[in-house]
Amino acid sequence: MLRRFSVHLLLALFGGVIIYCAYQEYLSLYVMSVLMFMGVNVILSTSLNLVNGYMGEFSCGHAGFMCVGAYVSSLLGVWLFAKDKVFGEAVFDPEYALYAFPLLILAGGVAAALAGLLVAIPSYKTRGDYLAIITIAANYIIISTIENIGVIGGSRGFMGMKSLLNEMEEVVELPWMPIWVFVFTVFCVWLMRRYVSSTFGKGVTAICQDEVAAEIMSVNTNKIKTITFMLSSGMAGIGGGLFAYILGYVNPGSFNILKSTEVLVMVYLGGMGSLSGSVLSAILFTILLELLRPLQILKWIVIPLMLIILMQFRPEGIMGNRELGDLFPRLKKFYRFK
Amino acid sequence: MLESIIQNVINALQWGSFYALIALGYTLVYGVLTLINFAHGDVFMVGAYIAFFVATFFLTALGLPGWVALALCIPLTMILTSMVGVTLERIAYRPLRNKGAHRLYVVITALMCGLILEHANLAILGASRKAFPPLIDVVVYDVGGVTFTNLKIAVIVTAFLVFFFLHWVVTKTRVGMAMRAISYDKFAVPLMGIPLDQIIVVTFVLGSGFAGLAGLMFAMSYPVLEPYMGALIGWKAFIAAVVGGIGDIRGAFLGGFLLGAVEIMVVAFFPSTFRDLIAFTVLLAILTWKPTGLFGIAKTTKI
Repeated sequence: MLRRFSVHLLLALFGGVIIYCAYQEYLSLYVMSVLMFMGVNVILSTSLNLVNGYMGEFSCGHAGFMCVGAYVSSLLGVWLFAKDKVFGEAVFDPEYALYAFPLLILAGGVAAALAGLLVAIPSYKTRGDYLAIITIAANYIIISTIENIGVIGGSRGFMGMKSLLNEMEEVVELPWMPIWVFVFTVFCVWLMRRYVSSTFGKGVTAICQDEVAAEIMSVNTNKIKTITFMLSSGMAGIGGGLFAYILGYVNPGSFNILKSTEVLVMVYLGGMGSLSGSVLSAILFTILLELLRPLQILKWIVIPLMLIILMQFRPEGIMGNRELGDLFPRLKKFYRFK
Repeated sequence: MLESIIQNVINALQWGSFYALIALGYTLVYGVLTLINFAHGDVFMVGAYIAFFVATFFLTALGLPGWVALALCIPLTMILTSMVGVTLERIAYRPLRNKGAHRLYVVITALMCGLILEHANLAILGASRKAFPPLIDVVVYDVGGVTFTNLKIAVIVTAFLVFFFLHWVVTKTRVGMAMRAISYDKFAVPLMGIPLDQIIVVTFVLGSGFAGLAGLMFAMSYPVLEPYMGALIGWKAFIAAVVGGIGDIRGAFLGGFLLGAVEIMVVAFFPSTFRDLIAFTVLLAILTWKPTGLFGIAKTTKI
């Protein structure tokens, strides 16, 4: 009995320790923010793995959906619960921000999922390289649209989310941001695992293997594509919303192709079609980015170089398409990874 | 009214020429290898920088007159840039190809090569922008209210000449026949005694060389150089190639001018910040309506 729930318990313990450390301020703000970005990166890389790894498409505009999520959740939050020079007085009492915060992040996710239709609908007829272009175009369209809306700051960006967090901490004195990042990261990875291991999710792998054959075997490819793209971009939106609240500031420039490339690197580092690989590589990559920070601009030479070398010598990434349970069969006793 | 239309058409032709020149390189490589060479936009940027160094060297170190410097600059830039392209092919793409790696891995490698080129440039030369020295005197002509410069005409004529040259190479020469054969069946071609690697190198030489030419032309028309200049224009040229139907020389050429026309028209009627938005929306609409591009042929999928 205890063995069955050991992973859940470990996870809860891990989250509890981190949040306790944050509460007691044992960890510096810098370490805390790195940990939180780690969570966001885990969400991003697992959600992109759904499209690039499991479904076998090549999406390279993931940051665009992140941008939608970030903007929608921060705009909603500031409009409803904070006094701001764009929206004026708060609509509701700022005390309620505490309860509405997860809804704000989810609203960002829903908006990003709707933006995912921008890619999902052309994907019915388009595949491969052409679809890759569509994702890039979607990324540019989203960024360019936001840059042209002057009311919310345009390319200068939008801020004011910090006051919302301060309100939340005034009501109940807890480190809310680490708590929600942890909860949403676990939620997203859990949802993804349930999705790809469900009967419906087997269709996603079938599309990856052979789309025509899958269709003949009565897999509704259009439906699966729509749902998978929407789920993937919706989760990117959740990641984006958290990202915006961690920074307290968003601007469209930070969601450009470079950010999308960063997520791509994480997915291919971890291995296509491996959920635990994505989680692992997101954690490793975040640490690596921080370690390479002193190199400044050289960082962006070292990282692509690493990926090129990886592609030459181990193109399947760290894990290939295997999960942790396949590598260490003993772990299966504790948890079914697939 | 008529003048402004003609003026815009000339502007569109010039702007589209750059897209067409870069898109030709994309489409050549794609046609032969079915590889999206995402580093191509950055090869264009490197070409512009090479042109900058070569031109400055000739003008200041040797003190040559402008037109001599230009005459030497054109072949030298093209040769040096094509060497960059061939180096990329030798170091990054060929080992992967010989291993029979999945196409996607080559695409990612190309993407990363582009990033390395950009940031290596930034690290070596610094973030300051470079001003391209004027090589020829720009003469402004005014015909019935329509103004154009000799440089604009030169750019448009160059694009057309390059197009006719490449079209001739691909359709009429033995090398071109080999290129088409490789794109048709990569495995049977070496059995027919066609040197696969040499033909691919020729493809990269042609593509990168004309990217270098485009870089030189661009630097002469808009004489400010910065490391990220290749990224956006490269993406857009790629879009032009896709709109025309990637893998087809005529498609890339027409797509380039189409994109140029769309962008100039947008700027003429809307605020200029809408340019990217509308250009990319047009792309999305075209690909949703005709997924293979204007000249592309749909391949039948077999199980």
